[in-house]
Amino acid sequence: MHIAVCVKQVPDTANVRIDPETNTLMREGVESIINPYDEYALEQALRLRDSCGARVTALTMGPPQAAVILREAMARGADGAVLLSDRAFAGADTWATSYVIAQAIKKLKPKVDLVLFGKQAIDGDTAQVGPGVSEFLKYPLLTYARDLQVAADGRYTAETLMDDGVEVIEGELPAVITVVKESAAPRFAPLAGWMATRGGEIPSWGVKQLKAVPDLCGLQGSPTRVVKIFAPPVKSGGTRMDGRVQPAAAVEAIVTLLSRKGVVS
Amino acid sequence: MSDAPVSINPDLCRGCKKCVSACPFGVLYMDGKLVMLKADECRGCLACIQSCPFQAITAVSSDEIDHERLREFSGVWVFAEQQRGKVREVAYELLATGRRLADERGCELAAVVLGHEIGHTAAHLIAAGADKVILADDPKLAEYEANVYTDALHQLIAGHKPEVVLAGATAIGRAFFAKVAVRCYAGLTADCTALSIDSETTLLHQTRPAFGGNIMATIMTPNHRPQMATVRPHVFKMNPPDPGRVGETLLEALDLAPAVTRITRTIPSASSINIAEAEIVVAGGRGLKKAENLECLRRLADRLGGVVGVSRACVDAGWISAAHQVGQTGKTVSPKVYLAFGISGAIQHLEGMRGAETIIAVNNDPTAPIFDVADLGIVGDLMDILPALADAVDARARN
Repeated sequence: MHIAVCVKQVPDTANVRIDPETNTLMREGVESIINPYDEYALEQALRLRDSCGARVTALTMGPPQAAVILREAMARGADGAVLLSDRAFAGADTWATSYVIAQAIKKLKPKVDLVLFGKQAIDGDTAQVGPGVSEFLKYPLLTYARDLQVAADGRYTAETLMDDGVEVIEGELPAVITVVKESAAPRFAPLAGWMATRGGEIPSWGVKQLKAVPDLCGLQGSPTRVVKIFAPPVKSGGTRMDGRVQPAAAVEAIVTLLSRKGVVS
Repeated sequence: MSDAPVSINPDLCRGCKKCVSACPFGVLYMDGKLVMLKADECRGCLACIQSCPFQAITAVSSDEIDHERLREFSGVWVFAEQQRGKVREVAYELLATGRRLADERGCELAAVVLGHEIGHTAAHLIAAGADKVILADDPKLAEYEANVYTDALHQLIAGHKPEVVLAGATAIGRAFFAKVAVRCYAGLTADCTALSIDSETTLLHQTRPAFGGNIMATIMTPNHRPQMATVRPHVFKMNPPDPGRVGETLLEALDLAPAVTRITRTIPSASSINIAEAEIVVAGGRGLKKAENLECLRRLADRLGGVVGVSRACVDAGWISAAHQVGQTGKTVSPKVYLAFGISGAIQHLEGMRGAETIIAVNNDPTAPIFDVADLGIVGDLMDILPALADAVDARARN
């Protein structure tokens, strides 16, 4: 079994702000991390590898420095990694990103049976690239999954987290599956793992290697356009009270507000 | 029906099949030694043109034709998600917004229902503002399955060509809409908090938060159709139903492949609640100090007809199941009122609840970030406030 795990380098979202003067992103000095949900996808892949044998390849699309998270994936145990990097990929929305990642998965040898994603990335929060890749690959899609088990014949079971409960799902590979947090806790990369990945070259594929159509990549291939970005409206006019001295007054203030909102009579 | 966006010159085609593998949509196929095009399904991405070594494929394109192609798309659609025959509330909220958009565009508003034995939903959807209800009633659609739903909605879109298609940003809507958008080569914007028609371009302006809510972005889809968007529950208000409204119901028979995944078992949430759709969330965090104090939260939540939410700390401590967790690794809620007791308001938590209409926070730390988003912030010991508040609400209810 060959498992591709798609990971994304994201800014630590807690620290991203808008420059109030220019209305542009201030990303300088913001630390980059591996998208937390993708860590669960990687862990899921490594567990399947440990239990039933598989080759695990980590993929990311991004600038050359995104290779850092591929090294980390390999240090944790991935067997190989590929960076998808090309100036032509810049400005891609989820459509164009899905196209490039699917092209790369089609190129991997042996044929990929299972593609794992985290349920969404914490910078864009769209949850659209996993489903998009499933569409380009024509692999069936399963979302919000955990506790994935794969049998020798390629049949799998998983639990999926729906809005009103959990569904136990049976399916058959190939598949694209996005995973949620409740899958196993991600392992740490042992020092020996880091040592082993040191020096090894991570291949970088661009438009040419992927035989991708330039017009479908990056901003050019993206149906959506960002018209503007701006800082979210600040909540103003909030009332502050000190409830330490007179808790009863605080309680009264809450009840008054609840009543104004029609929550209590 | 316009002509296909590309034309193939049979005199130049050598049958090398390069274009067949380049086409991301699989609409080119070999007929003997010649390449053929399923004209109706071509999205005009022009990938084949770039792949052809013999210049056998050319674009049938001009600004006029491209413009004409976009103009074929008309109408606003709302995907009316239903489960076991019951349409989810978010669909009615979207119909209210869809009504406004359709009126601005001067076009029709349609609700689309996928499922089995769903005819009874039509009257409700028309009362909520739909001019037309499109019912795809098929046993294969009885349960949600992403791949079958994708086939179904794609077939409907290809047949009717709506200009705008909206869905609730639910576990179902978010997943299969992304597949449909790729198949249609459409633009899709997730989790919109505002939708409007730009008066100059007549395009749908879609505004959404990104980077954990630290940034808002307005997005549009200039040259692809439909323009697709998802919206979280409770972001928009529904209109009161108007039973006097009349509308048309259209039954669509689709040609669907069987499901490739199968549900073997369903485990409803232990608490049988879905905090993502709750109107009132009474939430607690680390400041509760012990599991027993959750009882006070439950009591207040019961009195208010709300549900209990918690920050990650409570789940990690094993006090309550993850189904109640609000935040980046839990659920996103957008209730009418969010009460936060002993929650400091880490960014990961704020991301999950900043969409609430009114936020009331009680915390003993005057510098807690939760106060920055609160409409009413009370510095104090939550155990001084919480039980007394439940009593006060009780007293109100009795009067």
